[in-house]
Amino acid sequence: MSYEAVIGLEVHVQIKTRTKMFTAAPYVYGAEPNTLTDPVVLGLPGTLPVLNHLAIEKCAQLGLMLQCAIAEQCKWDRKNYFYPDSPKNYQLTQNDQPLCIGGKVEIELPGPSRNIEGEHRWVQLNRIHLEEDPGKLTHEAFDTVIDFNRAGVPLAEIVTEPDMQNSTEAVAFLNALRNLIIYAGISDCDMEKGQMRCDANVSLRPVGTNSLGTRTEMKNLNSISNVKAAIEYEIARQTQILDEGGVIVQETRRWDVDSSSSSSLRSKEEAHDYRYFPDPDLMPVQMDPKRIEQLDAQLPERPLDKQRRYQGDLDLPYTITSVLCPNLQLSEFFEAALEVYAAPKAIANYIANDLLRELADASARGASSHCVSDCKLTPAHIATLAKIIDTGVISKQIGKEVFTEMFNTGIMPDVIVKTKGLKQSNDSEEIESLCREAIAGNEKAVSEYRAGNLKALNALKGPVMKATKGKANPAMLDDLLKQLIDKA
Amino acid sequence: MPPLHYNTIAQIAHSLKVGETTSVEVTQAVLDRIKAVDDQVQAFLSLDAVDAIAQAQASDERRAQGSTFGPLDGIPIAIKDTLAVKDQPLRCASKMLESYTSPFDATCIRQLRDAGAVIFGRLNMDEFAMGSSTENSAYQTTSNPWDLGSIPGGSSGGSAAAMAAGEAIATLGTDTGGSIRQPAALCGVVGMKPTYGLISRYGLVAFASSLDQVGPFTRCVEDAALLMEAMLGKDVLDSTSIRPQGDTHYVQALQKKKGPWKLGVPREFFGKGIDPEVKANIEKAIEWYRSQGCAIIDISLPHSDLAVPVYYIVATAEASSNLARFDGVRYGHRSAAADDAVSLFTKSRGEGFGEEVKRRIILGTYVLSSGYYDAYYLRAQKVRTLIRNDFENAFEQVDAILTPTSPTPAFKRGERSDDPLSMYLSDIYTISVNLAGLPAISVPSGFTKAGLPIGLQVIAPAFGEADMFAVAHAFEQAHDYYQQTPKL
Repeated sequence: MSYEAVIGLEVHVQIKTRTKMFTAAPYVYGAEPNTLTDPVVLGLPGTLPVLNHLAIEKCAQLGLMLQCAIAEQCKWDRKNYFYPDSPKNYQLTQNDQPLCIGGKVEIELPGPSRNIEGEHRWVQLNRIHLEEDPGKLTHEAFDTVIDFNRAGVPLAEIVTEPDMQNSTEAVAFLNALRNLIIYAGISDCDMEKGQMRCDANVSLRPVGTNSLGTRTEMKNLNSISNVKAAIEYEIARQTQILDEGGVIVQETRRWDVDSSSSSSLRSKEEAHDYRYFPDPDLMPVQMDPKRIEQLDAQLPERPLDKQRRYQGDLDLPYTITSVLCPNLQLSEFFEAALEVYAAPKAIANYIANDLLRELADASARGASSHCVSDCKLTPAHIATLAKIIDTGVISKQIGKEVFTEMFNTGIMPDVIVKTKGLKQSNDSEEIESLCREAIAGNEKAVSEYRAGNLKALNALKGPVMKATKGKANPAMLDDLLKQLIDKA
Repeated sequence: MPPLHYNTIAQIAHSLKVGETTSVEVTQAVLDRIKAVDDQVQAFLSLDAVDAIAQAQASDERRAQGSTFGPLDGIPIAIKDTLAVKDQPLRCASKMLESYTSPFDATCIRQLRDAGAVIFGRLNMDEFAMGSSTENSAYQTTSNPWDLGSIPGGSSGGSAAAMAAGEAIATLGTDTGGSIRQPAALCGVVGMKPTYGLISRYGLVAFASSLDQVGPFTRCVEDAALLMEAMLGKDVLDSTSIRPQGDTHYVQALQKKKGPWKLGVPREFFGKGIDPEVKANIEKAIEWYRSQGCAIIDISLPHSDLAVPVYYIVATAEASSNLARFDGVRYGHRSAAADDAVSLFTKSRGEGFGEEVKRRIILGTYVLSSGYYDAYYLRAQKVRTLIRNDFENAFEQVDAILTPTSPTPAFKRGERSDDPLSMYLSDIYTISVNLAGLPAISVPSGFTKAGLPIGLQVIAPAFGEADMFAVAHAFEQAHDYYQQTPKL
């Protein structure tokens, strides 16, 4: 029998706020252990939680970005379980009244090649709720140590419907989700820093059937490549069990990166009874519809909507939009340059090709500035460069040289052209006399051109360009050469 | 004039004002009294006399410079061991917190400090406020100053006994199901539980968060009103605290509000289980009100008999979660016999908690368990609403409700220790008030033939403290019960 997989993901995302979910203790990644705590974080006797309203608003924005309905009221529940990383031995979470309901994420599946756009589809979400992050346990040789810096950081849990069929879709979902979240400024989604974490639920069913099979939950997937590997491993494992006539056991499994395999963590019988009940220390949160509208208005265009717009309205090719759109900084840089000079294609090319190449080179050289936000170029630099090329001040060829110069120095391109004397030569008399010399010096090329080989003209342009140090107006040069040969 | 240590706050405030005494003299008188009688009463778990005198000196210096903070400046107030006082032990009379000191002040303590009060001493209680006799303290058994062989009531037994023995000018306690009013009645002092949310719970070690309130023990109603004015108010650190509504000028109200009132007498509170002497005493008090022109109205609180079972579901459920943080990981008792995380939890908790605390944690864990939640916790919450509605209906007809505070006077030590159910019935008249979130006060209303105090409970609608105080004050001032002191 052949099977198809049904996959649902639970993605935890740390919400970027200055202070924690229920207290004013600050949070930054990478601080000395246990320096970002206070009596509330440590669950000292007599402490009470106080809601960070910014976390609620950011989570609502996350929900709006993912097209969820925002609940009119949400509340807080205690999830009771004993674990050393949990300071109160209960976690404040939202059990039956989550902040965000439903939702969907548009994903792009890989195309036949990198340069060809793939199929789009939607992944349905079940809900997004807010909860507090526990502390972090580190197992050492003989001891386990606890860092409570992370404890109490606002954490959004995004739960999908069982709506994906393979690891490719899951990876595409996570990439799309990450782009959306970074776009909305909710989180940086750095999986290495634990800002985004993923659990995967996988089950199999015979192809063509609709009911769901017994699922397993895979934990500890802290990179997108782990998610992919773990899902593929689990599909293969379940397939083998079913092929051999076995039964899938509902369980939680732990992915082990080193061995690229998973092992059972606990079975359904061993599952915790979390004894959820409404937290009596916190009041339910009423969401103001007007405020929700304001929060919605602050959100940026979704990356795939932007890509559609660039390809439609601006007529940019997929090869360029697929570089610009997933990166908010790049697309904002692009749009700011368009404000200065509306030449979308030229500017998009400079950003997607020249700028990224220079940044990559700078990064390879170990330069500190290797992202758009802290390099010396501004959108005005690139817009101005495109403009002086369009208006014939310099040639495209000289433009390349100017680009490198302005990337390295931050000097505006028109200033570079002036100080270096790179202005294009439109002196037709000078160019005409140089053309005559070139025609006289290369009869072979002239006769080839006459015979119909248009490319032969390039051999005549070379000496002229050399003599003018590249400043001859290429269009003028082209015209003059043709005229002179035709006349002769 | 009574000896200094039996003065009221108002009397001492006057003496301080006219320069007849100093805060150091008052504080020393109280410390001397403790030295003289606390061997018998055993109200104090610990005492920092040096710190108390230093605070008194600071108060006297303020006064000498003409910058006194008001009527509480220089008044020595002793604190139940469940309220956090910075750098003082906070043990909740439990082995679990044997070596724990609090790094912060509870909000109510900070408010009293701001009013100039001398905060001193740790008063004995039932472990984690679970009990009605103070016999559940892990450290010592407090005696009722009126009969050293009897219990002082509980859980704030130390706070009540200290008042009756003249070991403080006022004390603070906490009331979850009667833990202020019942010991106040049994020790012949005034004890008051405010409307839920009127006083911040920040710094009160939670037993049952939706029921716990801080409140004062005083010699007279006026003193309670004074303390309440200092402690009420919305606190940013407690989300369940509320901005006070209605008249909060309680001391003024004692003079302005003279009745006659419409007073309700719930027939359910005079039935089975009430001691005949208590019944006769309260009926006499009711007759006094009638003689003053008050309308005495027979009312019904039909769900009263469900209050105790509902309470032992809601309170234990919340307690099972609130007390989960005591695990030996970050602070408190840590078992020396533990060899892994699970045994660290189970052994530390097994060794640290007493029998009654364990009983309630187990009960609370059970009622929240999967499959039982709806039948117990959810149903209890519904009945709680019915109990609240009973009161709301009653207060449509009456200004306040009169009941006995406790069905019996103080009982002998050990008499109910082995019978939790009969112990739980000690709070049968007080518990429904907590479930409904209402204010109530117990005032001394006389003595049994054996010389044990009896208390009258006045219950008011939410935020009806001003009327509640006035009703209680009228009775108190017409009798001399509150001025009587035990022979020690």
